[in-house]
Amino acid sequence: MRDERLIFEKSVEGRIGYSLPISDVPKVNINSLFDGNLLRENSPEIPEVSEVDVIRHYTKLSQRNFGVDSGFYPLGSCTMKYNPKINEDMASLDGFTQMHPLQGPESSQGCLELLYRMDRYLSEILGMEKVTLQPAAGAQGEMTGLMIIKAYHTSRNDHKRVKIIVPDSSHGTNPASAALVGFEVVHIPSDERGCVDINALKETLDDTVAGLMLTNPNTLGLFEEDILEISRMVHECGGLLYYDGANMNAIMGIARPGDMGFDIAHVNLHKTFSTPHGGGGPGSGPIGVAKELVPFLPVPVVEKQDDCYVLDYDRPLSIGKVKSFYGNFSVIVRAFSYIMTMGPQGLKEASQTAVLNANYIRKKLEDLYEIPYNRTCMHEFVLSAVRQAKNGATALDIAKSLIDRGYHPPTIYFPLIVKEAMMVEPTETESPETLDQFIEAMRELAKLAEEDPESLKKAPRKAHVTRLDEVKAARTPVLRWSK
Amino acid sequence: MEVRDGLYYSKDHEWVRVEGDLAYIGITDYAQHSLGSIVYVEIPETGSTVEQGGVLGVVESVKAASDVYSPVSGTVEEANEALEDNPELINEDPYENHIAVVRMSNKDELELLMDKARYEEFTKGE
Repeated sequence: MRDERLIFEKSVEGRIGYSLPISDVPKVNINSLFDGNLLRENSPEIPEVSEVDVIRHYTKLSQRNFGVDSGFYPLGSCTMKYNPKINEDMASLDGFTQMHPLQGPESSQGCLELLYRMDRYLSEILGMEKVTLQPAAGAQGEMTGLMIIKAYHTSRNDHKRVKIIVPDSSHGTNPASAALVGFEVVHIPSDERGCVDINALKETLDDTVAGLMLTNPNTLGLFEEDILEISRMVHECGGLLYYDGANMNAIMGIARPGDMGFDIAHVNLHKTFSTPHGGGGPGSGPIGVAKELVPFLPVPVVEKQDDCYVLDYDRPLSIGKVKSFYGNFSVIVRAFSYIMTMGPQGLKEASQTAVLNANYIRKKLEDLYEIPYNRTCMHEFVLSAVRQAKNGATALDIAKSLIDRGYHPPTIYFPLIVKEAMMVEPTETESPETLDQFIEAMRELAKLAEEDPESLKKAPRKAHVTRLDEVKAARTPVLRWSK
Repeated sequence: MEVRDGLYYSKDHEWVRVEGDLAYIGITDYAQHSLGSIVYVEIPETGSTVEQGGVLGVVESVKAASDVYSPVSGTVEEANEALEDNPELINEDPYENHIAVVRMSNKDELELLMDKARYEEFTKGE
């Protein structure tokens, strides 16, 4: 029987994990220093445990974690690629860690140079004029981009543009960000190829459209082949195009959002550029903009004047700051390290391998699983467990069973337009052996789903906690420990 | 999958039961089945106005959060507050647990909706 007690439940009155020398400062009654209304009535419930209790407790918890360092993590739309450890070495250099963000530019030239060069590299990769590194994640990048779209139309006294168009396969953050910035969200359907329905787009385009948000390749892992036509249509009606960079890992060094006609693009450094993702974050979601949008970028902008790097705050059209200081700086250092280690050819090969790996798995599973839009995919693909679900084993059951086989499950039930969806993104860092083992596990599960679907219902069996009651957890969550 | 007689159905899988000028609106058995266990229902404010096709509320299941679209235009007469504490009522009986009652401003809109037979045909294609 495992000890599953919380640290609070391990508390024993009077047990302490420290020893301090006897104080040589006289004791003063706290009531003589503060008014009663400033003092708490009861002592805080801090667990009373020894040092070794604390260490064992948290070490055990950490061992339950599953990360990309512990195993294959094909979580679609998330690009859980391996985080090279050289990035950590670079980010822990004294020259970066010992800086204070309020230090003047004259004594922080190295950091400013890194930010400036990162802007140049990302601008080149995205095909954009200039990049801001401030947004702390993809969704904040979206918000920043949409604020720029708004500022752009406002600066032209074009106040009737209130709509943002998003495809029905988009990430949930797209409509959410648009609504947050005060736009009206218009959904357009996908066609039978899983791409933007050009006719439906045509019908929604008019002079009230502020812009279109698009992920390319889209969330089905398919390249929007009509992108040039789409951008022509949106621009013709006076709207701007926003590129959701969640799937940039498919096209890095091969195709550029700027060349496709996008005016604004974000990239997730914690996806495409190998910085820690998920609980290990924080993230970073820089955005790049086309030339006519540069004046609207958040302040400050790092500029190079002669041989010096300066922080430019004098930008009257700027939307202002979106994040304290200069963004998540140490994350940017890690991504910079990644770009430097990979080089242009290496980045391109990473995308090529990511696409190859996804197609390899897709081909090896297409006989056992439905693949709704089955054509050459990009860095990820969506399969559907409808065949298995008819028998009683749903996408959820298959995902839970993968945990017993040592894998982090793929994304399930997204995108919403595919039933029993499982979205698989292997990333480029996985060997053919790892891919084969995963394929074998998926094939075994398809077989089990046919012969003994009930056995999948009870998975996971080997995990620290077995099947959780997700419905109960969502309906009546217990978020706080109490005696 | 149950489809009831005497109700109107929308393409977005809402049903409408008409009582005079009032439209009782809920989601169909097909909808609750595709969503799975519902964990949260956001109901509209009484007195607010909705357009046909506008958002009337939100249902959230363990799989996804989905908007509920109003099949008719009008004013929200009443919202089913019981769903706030017991969202599972929709899973248990989607046709007896409406989400809201709307006083219709244009009853002609009902003609754009489907009857039982047409909705059954429609869900086969989904």
